[in-house]
Parts: sequence; C-alpha cells; structure tokens
Amino acid sequence: MKSIMMIFLSVLFTHALVAQNEKYTNAMKKNIAELESAMQKGAMPDLANNFLRIADAEKTQWLPYYYASYCTVMNAFMEQDKTKTDGIADKAEELIKKAEELAGGENSETCVIKSMIASAHLMVDPQSRWMQYGQTSGVHIAKAKSLDPDNPRPIFLEGQGKFYTPEQFGGGKAPAKELFTKALEMFDKFKPTSELHPSWGRSATNYFLAQCN
Amino acid sequence: MNPRPVLRTAKKENRNFGKNGSIQLLLFVMFLLFADNVIAQTTISGKVKDNKGKPIPGASIAIKDTYDGGTSDSLGNYRFKTSEKGEQILLASSIGFKILEEKINITDRSIQIDFVLKEEPNELKAVVVSAGTFEASDTKRTTVLNPIDIVTTASANADVTGAIRTLPGTQQVGESEGLFVRGGTAQESKVFIDGTMVNNFFFSSVPDIAQRGRFSPFIFKGTVFSSGGYSALYGQALSSVLLLESVDFPERSSASLGISTVGLSGGYQQLSKKKNASWGISYAYTNLELYYRIVKQKPDFFRKPALHNSEANFRIKTSRTGILKFYGYFNWSDLGIRRPDIDSAVLKNAFSLKNLNMYSNLSWREKLGSKWKMNIGLSYSTNTDDIQQKLQDQGNKELEFTGEPYASKWFDLTSKADLAQVKAVFDRRLAGLSVLRFGGEYLASRDRSDFTNYFVTKAKNKFDDHLKAGFVEADIYLTNDIAAKVGTRIEHSSVINKTNLVPRISLAYKAGDNGQFSAAYGIFYQKPDRQILLFQRQLDYSKATHYILNYQKVSRNYTLRTEIFYKKYQGLIKTGIDTTNLGYGDAKGFEVFWRDRKTFKNVDYWISYSYLDTKRDYLNFPFAITPNFASKHTASLVLKKFVTKMKTQFNGSYTFATGRPYYNIRYSQSENKYKIADQGRTIPYNSLSFSVNYLPDIGKTDAKRFTVFVFSVTNVLNSKQVFGYNYSYNGLVKEAVVPPARQFFFIGCFLSFGVDRSQDVINSNL
Repeated sequence: MKSIMMIFLSVLFTHALVAQNEKYTNAMKKNIAELESAMQKGAMPDLANNFLRIADAEKTQWLPYYYASYCTVMNAFMEQDKTKTDGIADKAEELIKKAEELAGGENSETCVIKSMIASAHLMVDPQSRWMQYGQTSGVHIAKAKSLDPDNPRPIFLEGQGKFYTPEQFGGGKAPAKELFTKALEMFDKFKPTSELHPSWGRSATNYFLAQCN
Repeated sequence: MNPRPVLRTAKKENRNFGKNGSIQLLLFVMFLLFADNVIAQTTISGKVKDNKGKPIPGASIAIKDTYDGGTSDSLGNYRFKTSEKGEQILLASSIGFKILEEKINITDRSIQIDFVLKEEPNELKAVVVSAGTFEASDTKRTTVLNPIDIVTTASANADVTGAIRTLPGTQQVGESEGLFVRGGTAQESKVFIDGTMVNNFFFSSVPDIAQRGRFSPFIFKGTVFSSGGYSALYGQALSSVLLLESVDFPERSSASLGISTVGLSGGYQQLSKKKNASWGISYAYTNLELYYRIVKQKPDFFRKPALHNSEANFRIKTSRTGILKFYGYFNWSDLGIRRPDIDSAVLKNAFSLKNLNMYSNLSWREKLGSKWKMNIGLSYSTNTDDIQQKLQDQGNKELEFTGEPYASKWFDLTSKADLAQVKAVFDRRLAGLSVLRFGGEYLASRDRSDFTNYFVTKAKNKFDDHLKAGFVEADIYLTNDIAAKVGTRIEHSSVINKTNLVPRISLAYKAGDNGQFSAAYGIFYQKPDRQILLFQRQLDYSKATHYILNYQKVSRNYTLRTEIFYKKYQGLIKTGIDTTNLGYGDAKGFEVFWRDRKTFKNVDYWISYSYLDTKRDYLNFPFAITPNFASKHTASLVLKKFVTKMKTQFNGSYTFATGRPYYNIRYSQSENKYKIADQGRTIPYNSLSFSVNYLPDIGKTDAKRFTVFVFSVTNVLNSKQVFGYNYSYNGLVKEAVVPPARQFFFIGCFLSFGVDRSQDVINSNL
C-alpha cells in the first residue's frame, strides 16, 4: 500500500508540474499563433489581455509580459483617437518594464518594443515630438542591434521607419527595400531560443517588401 | 506557483479513496489526467461601462491568478468560459480606469455580471483650471500652443513676447516694450523664469521705439501666459504674468553657429555620458550698422545699436527626480539716436543709451518621497542704464540752453536696479489629483538714480525694498470633472511699509468630452513703479480685482476658447499736482481664440480676437479716459504651413487693431489742474508678416549637422503705422510716432553640430 501510495503521489506531483508547464506552453503557443490574424481582425486588445492574464497568473515568466506589451503597443499604433495613444503606449511601457525585471534586464527583444513605444508617442504629434521621441526610438533600435546582432526585428523596424519617412528626409522605398531585404535574410537564419520566444516580423517584412516594388 | 484549486480539492478526496483500494485509486489517477478536459465549463458574461453609462471596449475581465478571462467588445459586452470552480475573484480593468474586483462563486450555472469602472484620476484627462491661461508646453496634455509655435510665429522674430502678442488679451503697442494686457500698462505684466520674477525682461527703453525681450525663446521649454486670475504663487502684477520654464537637459552635446543680417553667434553644449549633467556657454554679437546702411531708418542712429551677449548654464541631476539648473546672462549694449527737436526747426535731440544687464537664476526641483515636491529658486539681477540726452545744432554740435522748454531737454541719467530673491514652493499631494501648495518668497531690491541737468547736479535718489510674501493654495479635485483652485497670498513691502492679503479662487467644470467651463476671481496688488518710488514713498499698493468666465474646447486638431472678463482698478497712482493713490479705472471685454490644425492639409492656423472697453484715471489724466495704449478691437491671424517636399515651413501672420486714442494733456496754471488740450484717434494698425524656415537636414536621423535658414519680413504690405502723437511745448505742433522703418527684414543661417554620441549612450547602458 505504501509503495502504491508513493507511486500515486509521484504521479500526482509530476502530473501537476507537467500539466502546469504544458498548460503554459500550450496557452502561449495558441496565443502566439493568433498574433498575425489578430492584427488583421483588430483583436489586438483581446490578445494583449490574454497574454496579460497568463503573465499575471504565472508571475515569473517574462515572455507573457513581453507579448502583452507587444500587443499593447501595436494597439497604440492602430488607435484612431490620438488622444488615447499616449495612455496605451504608457501601458505598454509598464508591461515591458515588468518583462525586463523578470528577464533580469533588458535584451534585444525588449529594446525592440521600447523603440516601438517611443515611435507610438512620436506619432501623436510628429512635428513637436520628433526631437525627443525620434531619438529615443533610434537609440533603442541601436541598442537592440548591439545586444543581438542576429536579431532581424530591429532591422525590420529601421526599414519601416525609412518606409514612412518622406524621400526628402532621407527615407523612401529605396533605402527601406534594402533594409527589408537584409531583414528577410536575417529571418532565414534566425533561430528563436524556444518556440515561445519572439519570432514575429517575417510576414510583415514580406508585406512591406512587396510595397517597395 | 499557486497550485490550481482543482488539484487542491483532488488531493483531499484522494485520501479517502486511498483507503478503499488501488483500483479506485488507479481510476482516479486516470480521471485526474483527463480532469482538465472533463470538468464542465461555466460561462461568465456581462457588460463593462464607465460611470456615465458609456460602454468600455477592450476592457479585460480576468479570474485572478488564472488564464481564464475575456475582453469586452465595442459594445462593452464580454463572455468567456472557465473550468474554475468555487470562490474566485473576478478582475475588470481598462486603461485609464480603476481596477475593480468582484468576488464570485462559480458553480455549473452560468454567471452574468456587469461592471461599472471609475475613471482613474488622470492629469492628462482631468479638467484644468484654465480661466485666463494660455499654456505652451511639452507635456503630453493637449495644449493651446507648443514651444515650437513660439519660435515659428511670423511676426515674433524669435521674441517670446512677440508670439504672445498674437494671443487674445494683448495690445499692439509699437512705441514701448512690454505686454499691455486687458487695459493694463506694461508695468502691470510681470515675467517669471523658473518661478522667480525677472526685472528688466526687456531691453532698456528707448523713446518711441519698442524693445525686444532679452531672452532667446530656445532656452525655454514651457510658456504659460495668464491674462488674469492667476495663482497665489505670483504677486506684484496687476494684469498679467508670463511664466517661462527653462529647458532641462539638452538632447545631446552640440556646438552651434549662427550668422545673420544683424550679427554672429556661437555656442557649445556638453551633455555628460550618463546624461546626468550638462553645461553650456554661448556668445552673440549683434550690430545693426550694416543693416541700417541698407535699410534706411528714419531717426539718425549716430551710434548704431551694438550688443554683446553671453550666456552660461549648467544642469545637474540631483536624484532620479531632482534637477539643479543654473542660467546666467550677461549683456552690454550701446546705441544713439538723433531726432529733430519738435519745438525748434534748427535743433536736434540726441539720445544715447549704454546698458549693462546681468541676470542669473539657480533653481532646484526635487520630489521628496511620493507625496512631496519642492521647488527652490534663487535669482540675482543687476541693470545699469547710462542715458545722455543732448540738444544739438544742425552741425550736431552740443548746445546748452537755459530757458524752457530747452533747459529740461538735456540731461545725464544713470539708473541702476538690483534685485536678489529667493522663492520656495512645496507641493503636498493629497487624495487623487488634489494638491496642497505653499511657500514663500523674499525679494530684496535696490534702485538708484543719479540725475544732472540745468537745474540740478548729481541729484541722487535711491530706495531699498524688502518684499516678503507667503502663499497657500490647494488644487481640489472633487472628480476628474470638477476642480477648484483656492489660494491666498500675503505680502509686505518695506519701502511703503504696507501689508496686503488677497484671495484667489478659480473653478473648472468639464462639460462633454473636450469642453470645459472655468471661472476665476482674484485680488491683485502691486507696489508703485520704481520711477514713482524714487521720489515718493508715502504711498499704498495699487489694486486690481479680476472676474473671468471662460469656456474652452480643446481637442487634438481644434481649439476654441472664449473668455469674458471684468477688471476693476483701485488705488492707481496719480501724479501731476500731488502723487497719490487716488487713481481708479476698469476694463471689460471678451476674447475668442480659434485654432485649427486639420481643415487645410499641412496648414495650422489660429485666429484671435479681443474686444476691450477700458477707462482709467491715473498719472496726469484729468478724469477717467481710455488710455492711449488701448485699442477697442484687436485681431490676429497666424498661419503655418509645412511643405514636406521643400523641407520648408512658411509662416504668415496678420494683425489688425482699431486706432488708439491720443491726448495732449496740459497743465492749466489758471485752474491749477490738468486738462485735455487736444485729442484724437490714430489710424488703424495693420501688419502682415511673413517668414520662411528652411530645414535641409530635417528627418535625417543620423545627421551630424542641423541647419536652419530663416528669412522674415514684417509689414509686407508696407502699411503706414502710427502709434500716437508727440506735442510741442506750446501745443501747436503734433508729430506722429512711427516706427524707425516700416519694415524689418531678417536673413539668418543657424547651424547646430550634434556631437552624435548615441553609440556612447548605448555602450554606457550595456
């Protein structure tokens, strides 16, 4: 009886751990898989909330906070009412800071998000915010590149920046195309640390590259 | 990691099973492995609304510490399924709202639960007490103007007050400097930099020619212009305060160079690697010799205006939230003007002015804990005007006449003013957004004059004043939508040995999404001007009482602001026979401001209109009359258009003001009183100004150099402008006061060489 008891307890314990871990992985995978479609359906707020629930329940994982921040900043970009953009971007900032705390400091991926947050603030009033947020955004991209030279996302962001900058200001399709092409090559080589680690950006790069032609 | 409740209950049950045999146990383990899929799911749904009953889309509803939850749709409805059971906490949250917790007991039955979320106290969304106030700042709040607007207003020529003059409430006065606000004189408007008052904000007066503000608009990041009803933190201004906030840290280290039709400038700013300290120096030399040769001026400038200007600053981050800032300014200028004498066909008046001005400001801002904030400012300034007026013959040779009116037309005057002050303001955060603010200030000033003419030699006058003030003010937010600012201020001036205590109250109520009503009431005291106090000190404060009602609607693209006001003056200074406080007056009017950034593509414009009805009896006025600085109607249109393709911004501004009254007030010996011998009204004032800023390096994020070309011209249409009339001694001749030249042209190129240190920044943060 005692041994059966032991077996039972170990089964139970392992099950609890595995189930928890599997549940986390499955939930994350499911939501990560929805990133692209959510973008098109305008379901980014839903997805942000999904990641945030996982983050708050898990308490020790940085990735759910990272994704919650990513979804939130994307949401800031899509918000039509510009008076709301700053508030949403501030929320994204709060989330990425939590992610960085859990990740033990900033990394290339969190810098990518921080650059996007600065760009979201910039978009509210480009003329008067350019000096402040334009530079912040650029510094974070540069930092993202130096923390992981193989990360294609900062290159993609740079390309996107060029794409939306008028030719007269040194932007335009030609310099953007160069960067998108480079980003695409890097996406081919890029191996995320795990299946839950960030791997987004390839299809957006393809989309923009098509626009450049 | 919290074990999930399902497992917790399972553990308890297991003990009972365990005693009954291994088959059941095995079955249970099997059951357990599939438990997640087997347990029936419960639906939780409802609606999320704000306290006004409007649905909140995108709100998060979550069962605390679980993955389960949902998001509200565009109608505020949410619905999700959960396998959780028993007592749980449901959390509802949305950006900008307070999080709401609700205890629920989940059984197999579906749950319907609605949430009403309360708005988070939010500085950006909350109502702002805005009666009387225009703000241009960098903060995220939607402001009426932003700092760039100040420097790109066509008529301003990079003078802060030039841009302010396109706002409602101000007068277009071309013959003397300062802000004339709502029937008030220039002396009734005071300028504050980082909280402390600035003496001699404008260059020293020259007869009949308005002078510019001394300070570059580029050193300020925030500007608040109040045309009435301002806070208890500010005193000694009957009409208006202009609050300027200096920049914190520069974006990066850089060197700058400027060359223009009026001079040369250069500067250097160094920002430390950790961005926690910076210093800078700059120097500018202005000389109008060349410009006046090309663009003829009507008075003969026998000494062309020349200025040496140098500045220094440093800023130190004292903590995560604190900063210590120093700004020092030194200016030396010289000019001489010769005009025909109004009383004689053969004589000339030669006026010359040498000015030395130094200003320094040290301010310290710090957050003390989460509730306290502190602002301490110290400033010292000294100003010396060396004025000579001479009578000259046609060959510009000096003559000394003994009889009137000529005897009093030549003199030497040295005038010196020093001001040292300290001001401390403490903020204590109360519940929500409410704040209690209190502090005090101490201003020690010394004014001296040394006068020599035919009648007196080295007549010295001097007075010292110690002005002490204390103030308390509370910003009370009843909700995000209703706010009050209630304050009081007590002052004592030693030179007149009088104390005053005043109330200042304003209220704001948010009506609709972007609209709000505000009202303000306050009493304002000011001691007599230095020119009066040098000779007579048995006087009291002058007093103004403001009543203001305001409605404004500010959104990202449109701003509408309307205001009506009534201002009552008491105790104004009367001169002439005796110097007393028996003057009085009032001013009433309404103002409209409209700004539109959207209707026309890439065009941003604003229109302001002021109606002013004012009368006062002061100085030597025989009775209450409309003063010569007040136009009934004033309107401005300011337009800005950025053409991306050309990297050029085009700015235009047009200002119109109806004619101002002018008087010849003469003393009648027989009646022993002052009388109006002649009066009239000037022609209306028109000025169309235009400026172009070309920015070839804009948008280049990696540019090491930033260049700005500026071209501007005032009074494009060459309209005749008359600011008033001067009368001869016998009253038979009157001469129009006109600007030295109708138009002013400016061409300049300003380069900033950014020492691009972004790589250092990255490395230091790694």
